[in-house]
Amino acid sequence: MSTLTKTGIVEEVTLRTGLSHKDATNAVETFIEIIKNRLERGEPVSISGFGKWKVRDKAARKGRNPQTGQEIIIPPRRVITFSLSNVLRARLSK
Amino acid sequence: MNKSELIDELSRQLDIPYKKADKIVNAIFGSIVDAMKKGERVEVRGFGSFVMRDYLPYIGRNPKSGEKIQVKAKSLPFFKAGKDIRDRVNSKR
Repeated sequence: MSTLTKTGIVEEVTLRTGLSHKDATNAVETFIEIIKNRLERGEPVSISGFGKWKVRDKAARKGRNPQTGQEIIIPPRRVITFSLSNVLRARLSK
Repeated sequence: MNKSELIDELSRQLDIPYKKADKIVNAIFGSIVDAMKKGERVEVRGFGSFVMRDYLPYIGRNPKSGEKIQVKAKSLPFFKAGKDIRDRVNSKR
């Protein structure tokens, strides 16, 4: 199955906005960095009609190394979750 | 941060008018949504990927009326954060 990568997104931006390849690349990189920075600070990013990224805190928990069976403590960590907007869900469910 | 704040920030960082930044943001999300509609994966290095998961059709029920409804097969995107962002989110705790 084909995959849309950053290169593909840049190409779409040049086609849809008329920006040069260089400017579109810069714009896409800046766009990604803005979103990453917000998430890094623990802030949610919510895009209407698309979805929402959230940073969630996970408590420490006990786990087990499946290979050795040894018990280990998994330290508290942060994870990023994404929830799909209902509008997009409906559009993709057709 | 919401979409208009994202557009604001992009227009400031690139030193372009809001309208132009709006067009760029819509082009980016538009291209992603179009790929999803075709059932394609979307992968942005360092940020994350959207993988389409397929759901079989099933007979559901309206929980209010109890009425049976046929739910069609569909595929919906699931987001998996990339390594760079996973690490960055954890480094600031």
